[in-house]
Amino acid sequence: MFTVFLQFLFSGLTVGAVYALVGMGFNIIYNSTSIINMAQGEFVVIGGLFMWFFSETVKLPFFLSAILTVLAAGFVGLLMERFTIKPLKSNDLLLMIMVTIAVSILMRGLLMFKFGKDPYSYAPFTEGEPLNIAGAVIQQQTLWVIGITACCIVLLFLFFNRTMMGKAMRACAVDTTAAKLVGINVSRVVMISFILSAMVGAIGGIAITPISLMEYDKGPMLAVKGFCAAIMGGLGRGRGAVIGGFAIGILESMTAGYIHSGMKDAVALVIMLAILFFRPAGLFGSVAMSKLRKF
Amino acid sequence: MLILKNVEVYYGKIHAVKHVSLHVRKGEIVALIGANGAGKTTLLSTISGLIRSSSGNILYEGSEISGRNPDAIVKLGISHVPEGRHIFKTLSVEDNLLLGSYHRYSFRKSGPVKKDMEKMYAMFPILAKRKKQLAGTLSGGEQQMLAIGRALMAEPRLLILDEPGTGLAPTIAKEIFSHIVRLRDDHGLTVLLVEQNARSALKIADSGYVIETGRIILQGSAEELLLNRDVQRAYLGRDLDTESPL
Repeated sequence: MFTVFLQFLFSGLTVGAVYALVGMGFNIIYNSTSIINMAQGEFVVIGGLFMWFFSETVKLPFFLSAILTVLAAGFVGLLMERFTIKPLKSNDLLLMIMVTIAVSILMRGLLMFKFGKDPYSYAPFTEGEPLNIAGAVIQQQTLWVIGITACCIVLLFLFFNRTMMGKAMRACAVDTTAAKLVGINVSRVVMISFILSAMVGAIGGIAITPISLMEYDKGPMLAVKGFCAAIMGGLGRGRGAVIGGFAIGILESMTAGYIHSGMKDAVALVIMLAILFFRPAGLFGSVAMSKLRKF
Repeated sequence: MLILKNVEVYYGKIHAVKHVSLHVRKGEIVALIGANGAGKTTLLSTISGLIRSSSGNILYEGSEISGRNPDAIVKLGISHVPEGRHIFKTLSVEDNLLLGSYHRYSFRKSGPVKKDMEKMYAMFPILAKRKKQLAGTLSGGEQQMLAIGRALMAEPRLLILDEPGTGLAPTIAKEIFSHIVRLRDDHGLTVLLVEQNARSALKIADSGYVIETGRIILQGSAEELLLNRDVQRAYLGRDLDTESPL
């Protein structure tokens, strides 16, 4: 009984880690622009598929493929910002969010064009026997996913709270006019936030693909789950998205295991609705903080 | 120090600033007074680069700055404290001040910036007490001090203040104004000040301009303007026609 529970817990932690990364991606862009980037899930897909392309088709060594994939994803983020967000002279956030939805559809189309509809996978980062804890089996890749997520979280936290660039990015989200007046090049900050969040998404994609496979249309579901994670923790709160991501991942895998696997995707949505109804600031977001925000 | 020549600004389709010329001399406080919607804020935003002028020249220390981006203008030494303060509400007081030094900050040489932060805390001791608090939780007067402190962190030579006293209790507004005087007297800062409360602005100013529907209609030394009948009637709340002569 306990073994089964443990098994579900580990699989929940694995998907949860990716949701956390997607949630962090949402937060990065939200924190510097107040935009919700609905193409966030596509960056994860790009991570998985590009990694497959570089390592299996071009046959580059693992590390080089990973670096190239992250850079390529960053470049896609850059293109997205320069060609769709920047030319919009409007400050209407809703409009910008709709543009990101359009971009996500476009990206999915292009990915299908290049990779087709098949799921892709490649070898895990390290070969070896799965670990056995109290009868539950953990693949080594699971540990990679969780470890990489943890590293990303720590680095992003340090970036936003300790560096001038990170603080400048937060400043842009709060008040664009004031950010300009203290000498911040707002347009560049927005660009950097898209690059960064694309890279974080891609890292998640690279890590998860050996476990859960990757296909061109996985993006929207990942985006929804990641968005739930971000909302659950309180939009813009780094720690919140992490805890939200893991919580949703674990609840999802428990639901799939104990109730029915068809119910799995409903969990995140139910949680999101509950949060929006009863605690819109999120579990960890302070109400005072959310009142000071634009939305 | 700052010379505007025939500046025209359109705000959408509205001709907000018409043919404005003005001159701010080094070490002076220059007051720009006028009613709501006269174009004061638009004019200031044009100087700091938030809005583009459609024609005319803006010369700062002899070089043309119209058409430059705000971040370039901050680097030249012009800091603008906008109307409504515009502090970074969800960031701490400390981070707000730190961001003021954005254009000159470098990680390796953070010494001078830290020293300047201490100067700000010495000037506004209340901010030192609130260091770690979110800026949005400060009172109006404290937020105004923070906004001024943040602007000073950019090491400006010209400080542009838009309505620093508006919405504050009279004693707090007075305190803010005394700080502005001290910035001129002790630090040699040049100040361009917009204020609806014409009396308190002209009291601390050296010279002033009166702007009405986008046009400068009067200019002179602050004393002259304070004694001017039209100014008194329109902006100082005195009705000379019904006042009995002494």
